[in-house]
Amino acid sequence: MSLLTITSLTFREAWRKKLFWVALGLGLAFLALFAVGFHYVLVDILAHPPGEARTGPGMKIFISQISGIFLILGLFAVNFLVVMMSALTSAGAIAGEISSHTIQTLVTKPIPRWHIVLGKWLGQSVMLVIYVIFMAGGLTLVVYFRTGYFPPNPAAGMSLLVLEGLIVLSIATFGGTFLPTMANGVLVFMLYGIAFAGSWVEQIGAALKSETAVQVGIIASLIMPSETMWRMASDLMQPKLIQEAAFPLISLYSKPSQAMIVYAVGYLLVFLMAAVYVFERRDL
Amino acid sequence: MCLEWLQENRHLKINAHRKLSRKIMTQPAISTANLRKEYGQTVAVQDLTLTVPAGEVFGFLGPNGAGKSTTIKMLMGLVTPTAGQVSVLGQSPGRPAARAKTGFLPEHFRFHEWLKAKEFLTVHGKLYGLAAETLKTQVPRLLEMVSLQDSADTRLSNFSKGMLQRIGLAQAMLNNPALVFLDEPTSGLDPLGRRLVRDVIHRLKEEGTTIFLNSHLLSEVEKTCDRVAFIKKGRVIRTDRMSDLLNRATEVHLRVDAAPPALAEGLQKLGRQVQVNGNRVSLLVDSPEIVPEIARLTMQLGLKLYELQPGQTSLEEIFVRIIETEAEGDLV
Ligand SMILES: Nc1ncnc2c1ncn2[C@@H]1O[C@H](COP(=O)(O)OP(=O)(O)OP(=O)(O)O)[C@@H](O)[C@H]1O
Ligand SMILES: [Mg+2]
Repeated sequence: MSLLTITSLTFREAWRKKLFWVALGLGLAFLALFAVGFHYVLVDILAHPPGEARTGPGMKIFISQISGIFLILGLFAVNFLVVMMSALTSAGAIAGEISSHTIQTLVTKPIPRWHIVLGKWLGQSVMLVIYVIFMAGGLTLVVYFRTGYFPPNPAAGMSLLVLEGLIVLSIATFGGTFLPTMANGVLVFMLYGIAFAGSWVEQIGAALKSETAVQVGIIASLIMPSETMWRMASDLMQPKLIQEAAFPLISLYSKPSQAMIVYAVGYLLVFLMAAVYVFERRDL
Repeated sequence: MCLEWLQENRHLKINAHRKLSRKIMTQPAISTANLRKEYGQTVAVQDLTLTVPAGEVFGFLGPNGAGKSTTIKMLMGLVTPTAGQVSVLGQSPGRPAARAKTGFLPEHFRFHEWLKAKEFLTVHGKLYGLAAETLKTQVPRLLEMVSLQDSADTRLSNFSKGMLQRIGLAQAMLNNPALVFLDEPTSGLDPLGRRLVRDVIHRLKEEGTTIFLNSHLLSEVEKTCDRVAFIKKGRVIRTDRMSDLLNRATEVHLRVDAAPPALAEGLQKLGRQVQVNGNRVSLLVDSPEIVPEIARLTMQLGLKLYELQPGQTSLEEIFVRIIETEAEGDLV
């Protein structure tokens, strides 16, 4: 089927353009750095454990607490990378082919145009899933092998990270059907910026009990729900203890409702349909 | 035995193909009516009415910016017309099925340059819906046809301009098309490459393929096209059979011992633009059949005829004349 031909073409392009090796190499470097950092922090902390961790069971709780925090911090970086990778690889996927005219030989084949849009999107989505499993799974394993700590809900958490990336992918796919690559990249990053800032406004607003700030944050997350997916993922993947410790970066004062997941899926589908709609009709 | 079977099989296929092309031939390959395309304020194609008979090599000529490429894009469904009707092989070009029997070499021949030549043809063959089995023979055959068999495993990023144009041409023939659009197929080619393209066009024509050709290389067009349309500012100003066009423009030179007014008057009836220069006279005639008439006239007037030379005007001259003349009436 021609849609899958386009998808496999997307893989081949990533491979030939060395995307695969760069992502793998730097991903490994990231994991290695994390492992080394985690190791030395552990060594340091265990040399001078706080009072309540001097007993055996207390120590165990303490270590899993440290591991949980570290893992979430690592995942925070991965969430960033997921957004960046999704945006950078997809901003030019269609826009670049339009501006270089390579699209002309594709769309003049006896295939519907939406096969090209969805075929590319599918290819990038599969690569995104692999990336998330590699990076988030890698972090989880590093922590597990070092301390035996395993986070709650790893599958659900990673799925939310994938969903976050898919949102970015779908926006970039849509933008690419009518914007040049650069403008499309700016569009995606600005939307991400809104979501990011909105998320913090919401958190701080909730901490200070400011109704308006929370509202503003919610509106921002409706405009761009990607950051909310990360917050829900981190909420799922951390032990309750951290949440009580109210660690500022990673714990939630204001929890998004589960309905946001449904909203996010609908959101990305709307963008995909809009991408197909625009691309089917535009001059090439 | 196997070989025989293959040949037999091939024969059947060719016959099937012929039958199909004959069926298609009963209707024009392309017909448009009052086709128009605006890009914002710019009118790229104004009012284009055109019929391309099946099985012919059709030249689409006109100055830069006349709207030739835009027309091809409308015929391939790349661009939606602002107004007017288009039918390509009896179908609307926006529909994918209409493109199953067409091939296209775009003006800007840029392809996925991270693919190797062989892979490029294979991928595009798959997009045409061809089976892997078919492609195994089709791809090497086409590579050879465009003299790129030695570069089958070279990435397109290492191809020269002319090589890219040739692989693009091969790509346009993957599906044994009934209709091929070539937008300036020789713009990047050396004389050998141009000859190669000419041979390819001849071969396609023999197989019954209709070819729609945009080109500024009029000597090429003159050698390959059966019919040409001249377009200017997005309108067809003239369509002609190539042979008629070249014959019609026959310019005749004669040298006589004297050129009395009676000669000029008589010639005026036979042709146009009679020019007398001492004992040399030239005129334009619409048909080669006029040439003996001219000889008879000089005899009747009792003149001595030293030279009577019918010359052929080149397509280039015709092009310049047609494009530079605004109204259609006083051409040539
Ligand atoms: N995408 C576009 N947006 C705006 N104007 C366009 C676009 N494409 C073509 N035009 C304009 O339409 C007119 C016709 O362009 P077209 O490319 O069809 O000409 P052409 O006959 O192929 O010329 P050439 O011989 O130079 O290839 C030109 O004036 C051109 O500027
Ligand atoms: Mg052109």
